[in-house]
Amino acid sequence: MTVAAVVFYLFAIAVLLGGLMTVLARNPVHSVLWLILAFISSAGLFILMGAEFLAMLLMIVYVGAVAVLFLFVVMMLDIDFAALKAEMARYLPLALLIGVIILMQLALAFGVWSTAEGFEEQLAAPADPAIENTTALGLLLYDRYFLLFQLAGLILLVAMIGAIVLTLRHRADVKRQDPIAQMMRDPKAAMELRDVKSGQGL
Amino acid sequence: MVQFFTENPLGIVLLILGQCLLILVPLLVALAFLLYADRKVWAAVQLRRGPNVVGTFGLLQSFADFLKYIVKEVVVPAGADRTVFFLAPLISFVLAVIAWAVIPFDYGWVLADINVAILYVFAISSLEVYGVIMGGWASNSKYPFLGSLRSAAQMISYEVSIGLIIVGVIISTGSLNLSRIVLAQDTGLGLLGWYWVPHFPMLFLFFISALAETNRPPFDLPEAESELVAGYQVEYSSTPFLLFMIGEYVAMVLMCALVSLLFLGGWLSPIPGLPHGVLWFILKILFCFFIFAMVKAIVPRFRYDQLMRLGWKVFLPMSLAWVVIVAFLAKFEVLGGLWARWTWGI
Repeated sequence: MTVAAVVFYLFAIAVLLGGLMTVLARNPVHSVLWLILAFISSAGLFILMGAEFLAMLLMIVYVGAVAVLFLFVVMMLDIDFAALKAEMARYLPLALLIGVIILMQLALAFGVWSTAEGFEEQLAAPADPAIENTTALGLLLYDRYFLLFQLAGLILLVAMIGAIVLTLRHRADVKRQDPIAQMMRDPKAAMELRDVKSGQGL
Repeated sequence: MVQFFTENPLGIVLLILGQCLLILVPLLVALAFLLYADRKVWAAVQLRRGPNVVGTFGLLQSFADFLKYIVKEVVVPAGADRTVFFLAPLISFVLAVIAWAVIPFDYGWVLADINVAILYVFAISSLEVYGVIMGGWASNSKYPFLGSLRSAAQMISYEVSIGLIIVGVIISTGSLNLSRIVLAQDTGLGLLGWYWVPHFPMLFLFFISALAETNRPPFDLPEAESELVAGYQVEYSSTPFLLFMIGEYVAMVLMCALVSLLFLGGWLSPIPGLPHGVLWFILKILFCFFIFAMVKAIVPRFRYDQLMRLGWKVFLPMSLAWVVIVAFLAKFEVLGGLWARWTWGI
């Protein structure tokens, strides 16, 4: 077994374990931590496949930002575990049904999947090994699919502005700071220095 | 013999392990003296003498502290989540150390010469917040929890501007490899050719963001003694606390190394004609560390709302605007391609 194989099995087991424990862990904070383990391990799998740029993006975006926010929210929730478990028992049959349906659909989709002759050539061309995958991705996103990429960005921007508009409330009863006014204050007008003779006071 | 280390799997693993130790051991030994230097600089600014009892001039103070930390009793709070409680300091120590794997000390002196090195460092430093959050949560105590919440918000805020500043440097270099970034600064002009000239304002933004990212004064809000006792570290004692502290300092030295690599030319010599070498890199790190220590001694602590305002309303727009400006300057090769060094040093 090569070193790469050993590392692959290590990461693969960690992904599976992390995913499983995310669902099974009783404490929601532990769930998020297991989820993070799954994220990091899948980043490792990406590296093994030679997609190091994607791996780093996964680490920065999902582990470094999204999961922190998850953890942030989950930590501050005051969760009653007993109630949560009772809920789980109630929804278990429905969840199982959905799971079985999805499994059957997947089996149908992949079990009777038939492909035309020579479909391999029709698949997207593999990346040129001479080009770094950062460059390859950049060429695709900013050259070939430039318009689609910009459009996706625009949609996200609109969504962000929408969320801000929906949640922004100006409250008149809150005292606000004006940093510019604070910085522009003249020290001479704000305070006065006096020489105090010892034993006399002002 | 050479074949064993380049072809046999066991040999390769042993070789990498040896290289890791070659980085780790000098780093940790140097850290002991950097801690001492930090305290001495701080003391000198305040007209004190600083550590001066253990060893000549107190040089062995850090080693005495180390022994003391190790032999103290580990106290675990009653309601603490034990696993996460002990995992947190380990994570913050390990993350701080593994980022050094991609730092080039000299031409070719790098453990992992990967082509996304700068992203790797950025990813690792964005993970460092977990040590703090987990430590604060697992302590099951109010002050640590408040400290960790503050720190989560603070580290994420300043990561954004650090990321954008790095993007500017990447645009200029055309590569994510740290060695390539350094080589692109080799203009034959010595220190005038380094990125601090074309990226002048960003040097300061990066340095200040690095202070916030590593929870150093004046941005040490997560452990503000006057409000939170010691933030997320309150319940930690003995070796776990030591791991937190070492992790913090290693992350700080890493930030110094990053400033040196990105803006101060890494191992390049400042004077044309002198040979390049690892010595210059170490000197630059020490210089940055000295500035870190001076800032700690001189600048009073920020208020939390000021910190957030600075991060989101000042640094973020400035670094974002700089990315756009650099993109234009590089695209149209202004000033003879000062910002477009894509073909340099290949």
